[in-house]
Amino acid sequence: MLDQQREMFREEAAELLTELEESLLELEEAPDDQELVAKVFRAMHTIKGSGAMFGFDEVAAFTHEVETVYDLVRGGTMQVTQDLINLSLAARDHIRGLLDPAAEEGVDRVAGNALVEQFKALVPQADPPAAQKTREVEENQSGGDGESWTYRIRMKLAENIVFSGTRPDSLIRELSDLGACRIVAQTDMVPLLEDYAPESLYVYWDVVLTTDRGVNAIRDVFIFVEDDVELKIDIIDGGDSGDGDVNYKRIGEILLDRGDITSEELDRILGESKPIGQKLIDSKNVDPGKIEVALYEQEMVRASRAQRQSQEAAATVRVPADRLDRLVDLVGEMVTIQSRMSQTAIGRDDADLISIAEEVERLTDELRDNTLSLRMLPIGTTFSKFKRLVRDLSQELGKEIELVTAGAETELDKTVIEKLNDPLVHLIRNSIDHGIEAPQIRVTAGKKRHGTIRLAAIHSGDSVIIEINDDGAGLNQERIRAKAIEKGIISDQDQLGPQDLYQLIFASGFSTAGKVTGVSGRGVGMDVVRRAIEALRGTINIDSNPGVGTTIRVQIPLTLAIIESLLVGIGKERYVLPLALVEECIELTRNHVHEAHGRNLVRVRDQLIPYLPLRRSFAIGGDQPAIEQVVITCFEGQRVGLVVDRVIGEHQTVIKPLGRIYRDAQGISGATILGDGGVALILDVPQLLAGAEDHEDSNHSS
Amino acid sequence: MATILTVDDSKSIRQMVTFTLQQAGHDVIEAEDGQDALNKLTGDVKLVLTDLNMPNLNGIELIKAIRANAAYKFLPVIMLTTESQDDIKQQGRAAGATGWIVKPFNPDQLLGVVGKVLK
Repeated sequence: MLDQQREMFREEAAELLTELEESLLELEEAPDDQELVAKVFRAMHTIKGSGAMFGFDEVAAFTHEVETVYDLVRGGTMQVTQDLINLSLAARDHIRGLLDPAAEEGVDRVAGNALVEQFKALVPQADPPAAQKTREVEENQSGGDGESWTYRIRMKLAENIVFSGTRPDSLIRELSDLGACRIVAQTDMVPLLEDYAPESLYVYWDVVLTTDRGVNAIRDVFIFVEDDVELKIDIIDGGDSGDGDVNYKRIGEILLDRGDITSEELDRILGESKPIGQKLIDSKNVDPGKIEVALYEQEMVRASRAQRQSQEAAATVRVPADRLDRLVDLVGEMVTIQSRMSQTAIGRDDADLISIAEEVERLTDELRDNTLSLRMLPIGTTFSKFKRLVRDLSQELGKEIELVTAGAETELDKTVIEKLNDPLVHLIRNSIDHGIEAPQIRVTAGKKRHGTIRLAAIHSGDSVIIEINDDGAGLNQERIRAKAIEKGIISDQDQLGPQDLYQLIFASGFSTAGKVTGVSGRGVGMDVVRRAIEALRGTINIDSNPGVGTTIRVQIPLTLAIIESLLVGIGKERYVLPLALVEECIELTRNHVHEAHGRNLVRVRDQLIPYLPLRRSFAIGGDQPAIEQVVITCFEGQRVGLVVDRVIGEHQTVIKPLGRIYRDAQGISGATILGDGGVALILDVPQLLAGAEDHEDSNHSS
Repeated sequence: MATILTVDDSKSIRQMVTFTLQQAGHDVIEAEDGQDALNKLTGDVKLVLTDLNMPNLNGIELIKAIRANAAYKFLPVIMLTTESQDDIKQQGRAAGATGWIVKPFNPDQLLGVVGKVLK
């Protein structure tokens, strides 16, 4: 339909442009003919408005400039001149070019822009646009975030509102569609019969509304009558504000709140001994309608609070963690069986079976995601422990340090959080110990007396990024360099940029390494931290700015149990590698190998990428195929290829840890069971790459 | 569902509006300018959608003419405006327009406004 409409618009615009040309030529003869000016303006206006409707944004934007000029001519602030006619004719031709589907590519946009500039130059410099009239929005506590709030709304429409075709009842209906609603029509403004005009509106309404749509949804109801309505919206209950507040307002208080009674009147009447509502009505101080709505208000607040409480009570169930772990194990088995089923179904070529298998696959995916989400915990549980750590340690060291946390609600797999604890403790200790300076030094350096460590977690795709940032002294490049040379990690000829230099502190052997534990703390090597993070399939990065501070960024996948991976084969063996690390797969022919003169390098789009022949690394016998596959992986910004015989496809991998005997196996991080019951080893890509680098280095030195 | 009179001198807009409204089950009468609209206006019409900038009788004049007729003084009228026409929007309100929709709009927005006024 849209294509048809676009075509239709093109035809219409072509007609308009023809008319426009005629009008412009006539206008040239009779520059004062207002009728013609109006016609030109209208043509431009229609082309602009309709053009925008049907997606011709460029046409709309261009025509807008022309229209602006003719609006001025129409208004009498500008004269039709020969120049304007010439310019307009050129503009008309340009628009025709923009609309011509065949010529679209060939349109001279430079000329178009020049025309726009010329038209703009014709418009006298206008005053800066008056401050945009913005509607008052009480966004901070206005809801609209799925939480229910109760609002008190009083709407007084203009007396003559019906003459604009507005129906008050439809506004009220729209309001009541937003949520639970009580409406009371207030009639105290209705005049006596002799003053009564039948088509005027004297009634106004009090509405108590509980909705989760937010105050803007309420305001939207009145969008067309904004100028003709006296609207008062108050939040009376909702969000978290009322949770601890078990006292409901009394009728008298509500009326006071609403401004329907003064406190003196209220006090006087309270002295009598009847139900307050009755007393108020009897006293004629308050209209029965007002009491009615106040009662509704009380009732609705009570109802919405009760509902919130019952929702919260029903929202959580406590389950022992090991039951959840067992569930995750079972889902893992399920995923394995399911992939076996899919494979069998495809093998049998049985359409019925395949469709069942697909359905099972969909269900299993959902089951897996749900189950894994059950184990997700907010990382804040760990964060709170660090507050104490920072407090104790900074006191011990005589430093003044504040810990600021953000993103405590970010969720991560329970086991990941547990395993993250030690590395994070270590990183924070480092910041306190080596990062933040003593107060005196800070003051001398012109910094605030107390240092700040910021611990933040955010979601990023299927991983979580944890940042530890301090505003301390930053890393000492000289010292790192000296130490790296001393430890033989780099030679004193090596020229390293600051970034590369900082990464050295993660190198194994850089520090007198020990084991990361909560207590040992200082002196523990950063390489241990790095290994702990890598064991979680995460990465760690450091950035530092001398005198300003240091930021360490840890990126961790959301879960450890099941990963998306790529299944590859070498000989009869099959391996999987995390899909997150895979960039692309390319073919490696004998020719490529030949061209590289025996070096393990392959050219991918003009970049030379080193590769690692896994067949050789794992000492797998047999003949390699004529065309091998290179799986290009990217880890910490480095692209390295892994050569395999064949790429089999994507695979959902349920990770099984290796037995104790194999724990030290290089380049393997675990195993998984495949759909056909076979076993595939999970490649530890970072370790493989590190191993390959060592190998290269020793080759060079020999 | 209602009978709606749509007034616009742009054929393509008229067609898009008509198509959208018919899809939603409304009956549509098309008019190509204000004068044409007045000729075609009947008691069956429950809503008028009108462009503002039109030859013969423009949108503002059309709204005034509609309101001047006792039979149509409560008839909802929605203006189709462009963003640059804020002052015209005010004129339209003063003349008795019920609401407005800003061009460019999509079918959902159109049906939203129509639904709001016909509720």
